[in-house]
Amino acid sequence: MSALGETLPVAGAARRPAGTFARMAKSPGVMFGGAVLALMLLIALLAPVLGTIAPSAINPAARNKTPGAEITMRASDGTQTARSAWMGTDSLGRDVYSRVIYGARVSLIVGVAAAAVSVAIGLFFGLVAGYVRWLDGAVMRVMDGVMAIPGILLAIALVSLWGAGLATVIVAVAVPEIPRVVRLVRSLVLSIREEPYVEAAVALGTPVPLILLRHVMPNTVAPLIVQATFICANSILVEAILSFLGIGIPPDIPTWGNIMAEGRALFRLFPHIIFFPGVFLSLTVLAINIVGDGLRDTLDPRMVKRI
Amino acid sequence: MADAPVLEIRNLGISLPVDAERKLAVEALNVAVGQREIVCLVGESGSGKSVTALAAMGLLPRGLKPVSGEILLQGEDVLKATPQRLRQLRCTRMSMIFQEPMTALNPVLTCGEQIDEVLRAHTQLDAAERRARVLAILRQVRIDDPERVIGAYPHQLSGGQRQRIVIAMALALEPVLVIADEPTTALDVTTQAQILTLIKDLQRQFGTGVLFITHDFGVVAEIAHRVAVMRHGQLVEYGPTEEVLKRPRADYTKMLIKAVPGMTPPARGEASSRPIVVSTTGLTKAYSEGGWLRKTRTISAARDVTLSVRRGETLGIVGESGAGKSTVARCIARLVDPSSGSVTLGGEDIARLSHVRLVPFRRKVQVIFQDPYRSLNPRRTVRQSLVEGPMNYGLPRDEALARAKGLLKLVGLDEAALDRYPHQFSGGQRQRICIARALAMEPELLIADEPVSALDVSVQAQVLDLIEDVRKRLDLAVLFITHDLRVAARVCDRVVVMRRGEVVEQGPTAELFRAPKQDYTRQLLAAAPGREWRFGETAAS
Repeated sequence: MSALGETLPVAGAARRPAGTFARMAKSPGVMFGGAVLALMLLIALLAPVLGTIAPSAINPAARNKTPGAEITMRASDGTQTARSAWMGTDSLGRDVYSRVIYGARVSLIVGVAAAAVSVAIGLFFGLVAGYVRWLDGAVMRVMDGVMAIPGILLAIALVSLWGAGLATVIVAVAVPEIPRVVRLVRSLVLSIREEPYVEAAVALGTPVPLILLRHVMPNTVAPLIVQATFICANSILVEAILSFLGIGIPPDIPTWGNIMAEGRALFRLFPHIIFFPGVFLSLTVLAINIVGDGLRDTLDPRMVKRI
Repeated sequence: MADAPVLEIRNLGISLPVDAERKLAVEALNVAVGQREIVCLVGESGSGKSVTALAAMGLLPRGLKPVSGEILLQGEDVLKATPQRLRQLRCTRMSMIFQEPMTALNPVLTCGEQIDEVLRAHTQLDAAERRARVLAILRQVRIDDPERVIGAYPHQLSGGQRQRIVIAMALALEPVLVIADEPTTALDVTTQAQILTLIKDLQRQFGTGVLFITHDFGVVAEIAHRVAVMRHGQLVEYGPTEEVLKRPRADYTKMLIKAVPGMTPPARGEASSRPIVVSTTGLTKAYSEGGWLRKTRTISAARDVTLSVRRGETLGIVGESGAGKSTVARCIARLVDPSSGSVTLGGEDIARLSHVRLVPFRRKVQVIFQDPYRSLNPRRTVRQSLVEGPMNYGLPRDEALARAKGLLKLVGLDEAALDRYPHQFSGGQRQRICIARALAMEPELLIADEPVSALDVSVQAQVLDLIEDVRKRLDLAVLFITHDLRVAARVCDRVVVMRRGEVVEQGPTAELFRAPKQDYTRQLLAAAPGREWRFGETAAS
């Protein structure tokens, strides 16, 4: 009974297992997190048209107004307009609402960019360390060295080395995260490289860089995405901390961190200056973490089987 | 079996989750296990045999729900029992032996503590009495030196000893029913033979009813009084073992029994005049542990292996786990670097070639792996997998694709398979894709490393046929690695028997099966379950 000649029917039309997104959407936590994130993204994109004024405009006549206060603004041509500052104003008379809305831009940019930078660099070193065995020791000891320095301290050192600025902050926030990514990727590579399909690729004469690119890297993506969300959330926090300490983004660009930093002195009298950026910051970080958890649960194949 | 059955499954139906392939995991199943009787539940993967066992133990996973029928344990319906009642019943009246003893035992408790736990939960014996009981049970399952084993952790024991501990736990309270779910599948063939004898003896001694789940007709022939054949959740055939094995009535049973390879190798052509494709001399692979501040310890996975494969010939390497079969194959394919010895391919010793100089030789040796679920990259389409190798060697894309299409046809798959991902295929289909991928390189030597041991018996027969066919058609040399003597008997021209990294014996298959020269080979042959049954041949004639 030869198998040749007859062709076997192949299982139904292209059918992927129940979509990752379909499964994720079922979780109420992920729905909430995703909605908050989408809202934050919209706010950041649409900042100029959300009834904001210039976030750095100083108004000496309307300093330290509590939320809901009516203020009068004088434009450069002398005309006056009345406006309700529903989040109040800070000690220089700047509109807290406008600052918080514009601050979302910096926070999201720093979060996403830091995650991208650390994942890209970490992925490269992780692949190399995991696959090229003789480089493993050297790469991992360097990473251990970086990990031995507390993340915030390292970020502070890097910022003071290169001076404040958006790019500097992104790099400073990303660098302490790199070793964690490298460790994750390396451990994944160590198990993936033992998979028969990788050995088959070796037997097919596929060069090492191509094996890494085609066979190893695509199979590290799922856990990496999860890790990236947590890095993103953490980076937003670290950026806020750096700004709060006054060594992050220069004070003329509003960020949630430096709005809070400026509100610190008068916290007891005017808590609203810290309260509003604080709420935005916590909500964003919480939302990212929830989405990350949801991704982890849905991308983990063991969870799929559990029905 | 005049007395009332211990276990009676009546009209059992178990539903699968909504999005599954079929509605019911088990459908209208009627099976009974009498006192002092072993009933085998046989079937291929997905036939619902394990689900039935779990239902009887009250251990069904959450997604599966019984929808009809009853499971009567001495007249008491297990499906209606409360969790408390089930806990009382387990171990005292029914118990289970699992497939993988390493995971069935708790790694952080000693074996003695684990058996003791059963006694503590269900009896009022004091510590000294319990210890005496534990020792007695260990002696009954024929553990040497039970005093030592009581204090040993599972990882300190061999696979066979571990399974004995699991059996000891199951029998500790002398239940009326034991459910054994593939209890010997994870074991080597000689260990399997011992465990099967043990289960048979204990069953007779205690008068227990046994529901034995297996996919292996050899095991069925060895142990069962009655057989129930299942397919897609339905009972296909049910009757006394003699009856079912010798005179199967259902077509499906006939097909299954016919697919089991016989133990008598068929006559084969002589290949001794053909040119040698690959040969090894004194091939050794040693791993060393420790170093630096610790003492180094060297373990040889393969020692001084000398063999050769001729064009158009299938050389089998057989042996139990840890025998070094795969190590030899991987050294020849240079997936691992041999420690010493030579591997001669196309007149050149490739054992020590650098990876760069190895490139032209890689093409000539291709490997088919054991696990078809892991040997294809899940994120690449069949097309990408098939053209990758030829394109590495400079074949233009369209030519590689044309070759891929031709090969898919050769291995019996539709061209539509090209744009699918591996998860859309069954195990047998994936193994066909792997064979096509290997053939795309136009190799001279095909290494098949346990290519059918992860497949169901009916699919196994098809894949073996395919490998045979491809060998003849393309005049390939095949190095076939297997632990299954039946498979070796069916496809190999010559056989090399390995044990603990060394070659024990080698020779033409028919000769070696008829008149083995070494004790170990004799042991191996004697251990093959159901060897006196001539499955393949009788059913075919």
